[in-house]
Amino acid sequence: MENVASIFVKSIFVDNMIFAYFLGMCSYLAVSKNVKTSIGLGAAVIFVLVITLPLNYLLETYVLREGALAWLGPNFKTLDLSYLSFILFIAVIAAMTQLVEMAVEKFTPSLYASLGIFLPLIAVNCSIMGGSLFMQQRAFNSIVEATSFAAGSGVGWLLAIVGLAAIREKMEYSQVPLPLRGLGITFITVALMALAFLSFSGLKI
Amino acid sequence: MGKLISEKTKQVFLGPLSKNNPIGVQVLGICSALAVTANLKPALVMGISVTVIVAFSNVIISLLRNTIPNRIRIIVQLVVVAALVTVVSEVLKAYAYDVSVKLSVYIGLIITNCILMGRLEAFAMANKPWESFVDGLGNGLGYAVILVIVGFFREIFGAGSLLGFRIIPQSFYDAGYSNNGLMMMPPMALIIIAVIIWIHRSLNKELQE
Repeated sequence: MENVASIFVKSIFVDNMIFAYFLGMCSYLAVSKNVKTSIGLGAAVIFVLVITLPLNYLLETYVLREGALAWLGPNFKTLDLSYLSFILFIAVIAAMTQLVEMAVEKFTPSLYASLGIFLPLIAVNCSIMGGSLFMQQRAFNSIVEATSFAAGSGVGWLLAIVGLAAIREKMEYSQVPLPLRGLGITFITVALMALAFLSFSGLKI
Repeated sequence: MGKLISEKTKQVFLGPLSKNNPIGVQVLGICSALAVTANLKPALVMGISVTVIVAFSNVIISLLRNTIPNRIRIIVQLVVVAALVTVVSEVLKAYAYDVSVKLSVYIGLIITNCILMGRLEAFAMANKPWESFVDGLGNGLGYAVILVIVGFFREIFGAGSLLGFRIIPQSFYDAGYSNNGLMMMPPMALIIIAVIIWIHRSLNKELQE
């Protein structure tokens, strides 16, 4: 149980999706112009991560990994399907975002109004695919650990995008040199935030 | 289509290299640009891989563009790209194992690289295969150029070497020079890209916001 909590905290601060791995950078830069929409996108990322990552974990453990198909019979013991993981992971992610979008639209129209436009975008958000690939690489012991990793990464992503959006809202009023205005200064801001987050890397959890 | 390389095709190819650069101007595919550029070699391999994948997925989608149902086009595109990425990843594992270990998850993440989806949606769905191929090539190279520049500066200042060969002579170190460890850290990649954007936009005034 301790392990689960430490994975959660670690994936928020030390292994932050944005500041340590730059995952989901495209939508991070594009949708961080104001705090309200960035909260919406962040929430959608958490949502989709927590749904797809455990699914992909099951897929990895019972289908893809070397020897994972042993439950089918002794003949399958040496089968290694891991080269199929890219296609299967992305299929699960694309299908799940589509399903989640439809479910949210049907059952909670108010949530759909705030999250809806972001959900299709999320299928191609690197942080979702990245979460699944990191899960494969780190070989978590149980589905609970994988889920806590998903939740932590999502919360870290939300934290990062809301922070950047708040800074960018303030920056509207400052005199940035013309060639740096917009994209350039945003990059520098993210770099400074990432430097601040580097200080967490010494944390022993 | 009389000539193989018409005026328009040339424009399609050269645009992404500067005025319409995928990273500096379209803001696509930043994730991997930052993460794999601590050394020049992975940056180079990544650039080549992305170029190959963009060019060929553009051709495939362009050939299929009239048969793909509109509602499920994203899934079709993702599957085509994922198949190509799998091929590239297996090739790298076979012929350049050390680089493929260093690139780790970022090879898989080419699937969700926004350049791919961006080009497929914006160009390949509406153009002929040959032009789409050239467009993919141009955008892939535009991406690779930035990666190589960032990788060059990070490796030479962070490790004093290029492609693993020592560039800064030992006598410099004896005289008190030392490598800038910060260059190896992720934030510096962001700063270098910001500087590239700064220079690029100072030279091209029409890109300024």
